[in-house]
Amino acid sequence: MRSFLAFLKKEAVELYRSGRAILLLILFVALGIMNPAVAKLTPWMLQMFADSMAESGMTVTAVEVNALTSWTQFFKNIPIALIVVIFMYAGTLAQEASSGRLIPLLTKGLSRRKVVLAKLTVVLFIWTVGYFMTYFITYLYNAYFWDNSIATGLLPAVIHWWLFGLFAICVMLLFSALAKSYVGVLLSTGATVLVSYLLGMIPKLKCAVPSSLMNSASLLTGIQDSLDYAAAIWITVVLSLFSIASAVIVFDKRQL
Amino acid sequence: MSILSIKGLEKSFGDKRVLRGLDMEVPEHSVFGFVGRNGAGKTTAMKAVLGLLGCDKGEIFVMGERVRYGAAKTNRLIGYLPDVPEFYPFMTAAEYMYLSGECLGMTKREISLRTGELLSMVGLSEENHRIGGYSRGMKQRLGIAQALLPEPKLLICDEPTSALDPIGRREILEILQAVRAESTVIFSTHILSDVERICTDVAFLEGGVIASSGTVVELKARHASADATVLEVENSADVALFLKAYPMATVKDGNILRLCGGDVKTKDVIAFVAEKGIPVLRIEKEEPTLESVFLEEVSL
Repeated sequence: MRSFLAFLKKEAVELYRSGRAILLLILFVALGIMNPAVAKLTPWMLQMFADSMAESGMTVTAVEVNALTSWTQFFKNIPIALIVVIFMYAGTLAQEASSGRLIPLLTKGLSRRKVVLAKLTVVLFIWTVGYFMTYFITYLYNAYFWDNSIATGLLPAVIHWWLFGLFAICVMLLFSALAKSYVGVLLSTGATVLVSYLLGMIPKLKCAVPSSLMNSASLLTGIQDSLDYAAAIWITVVLSLFSIASAVIVFDKRQL
Repeated sequence: MSILSIKGLEKSFGDKRVLRGLDMEVPEHSVFGFVGRNGAGKTTAMKAVLGLLGCDKGEIFVMGERVRYGAAKTNRLIGYLPDVPEFYPFMTAAEYMYLSGECLGMTKREISLRTGELLSMVGLSEENHRIGGYSRGMKQRLGIAQALLPEPKLLICDEPTSALDPIGRREILEILQAVRAESTVIFSTHILSDVERICTDVAFLEGGVIASSGTVVELKARHASADATVLEVENSADVALFLKAYPMATVKDGNILRLCGGDVKTKDVIAFVAEKGIPVLRIEKEEPTLESVFLEEVSL
């Protein structure tokens, strides 16, 4: 446990000293502010473009914005944060293994599985804290400008998307343990999400694949609820656990 | 008693057989030179000893305890300095030592004491900069400090001097010599002058097996027949006199002669010079160097 905590501390120091912490903080805060800001500014922006749009034959009518507009914006923007986190940590295990920095610590009794678990802890911490920070900032602004109660299925929608992020991170760590290059990890992770998305196009699997957890619109308006996505939730949790278990096994056997 | 015992170690990478039944015994309290050319399999063997690399066949024992791949408990007895030590560039030397100590399960007090001693020994105690700004030599010195943190019985240094400048090399060799009192040192290298300078024992790795091993003195004695007498005469005209008396002599640079082979003894050459009254600038016995021994042993 002590060596795990020591390595975790090293990860935290790296996060801070590499400047990643401040970059991510700025990103998550900016996204949190941007969601209500974009919603609030939408009527004004449309008004600004009304003349040029009228020349093209389009008529701008009165646009009504509310908390739902801002939450829709939240779910459009949050993939940016997940992509940034994945880009930052895609090579985390692959680079650690190839750089040779791990060897002196492994010869001192640090086990490889603790390395994988420490990396997972840090990335999940970043994703969870950052994601809910963005959520709370958006929530507070929405509460100030409008009324959040209009988004009846807000909490399930938010948790579903967080769970999808967790899945993507676990898959990324598996490929980081497997692949030798940063690009390889990114492509493999992207391919996995794409496969999930394509499978989701099959009507029977529509609500059963991890990527279906990104469908927030019907949850927000209360057309669907969390129970409709029970299969997707279970499958996502199982696949995430499987990815991490596999990452541990693969990294244990990886030649350093 | 052997601190490290390797028996019939075999390892292939694809079609390439790197180790072909390596047998090696490292005596306790020795500075053991593990010599071989680049790509001979020195690093592979070292990594196998550390349990970082699985082998196809064979056994490794450290102080009688078997080394197991992936979970080498024997590593508590070993300090390891990789050929190119890499550390986290955002940490300071003291922070890195602390991280290493925590991985070893040492108490804070132990870590603090040992870190102070070791960083002072390697000349990094005043260094508060991050490792990212360290030179190669400084990283190598930090590498030795972290390897010695657990007070290892066996210190494995994989080519610690190969990429250093002469000053850096001298510093590392001096540190390794100082360490010798507490630990057995395995010093893998292809620089024979370094081995000659600090090693008590040596093994030559060639073709995946040990071509020859023993103490440095023993190995040189085994090649004593290669002794030669070198003399420099004042007048080139006297060279002919020597060539007549010692037909096996070879001439170098006009008036330098090398008398080797047969029953030529330095004392006989001195007697010959005195008898003929030949003016000589220098006369010396050329002993076999580890380099000549190595070249002969691996039949290059």
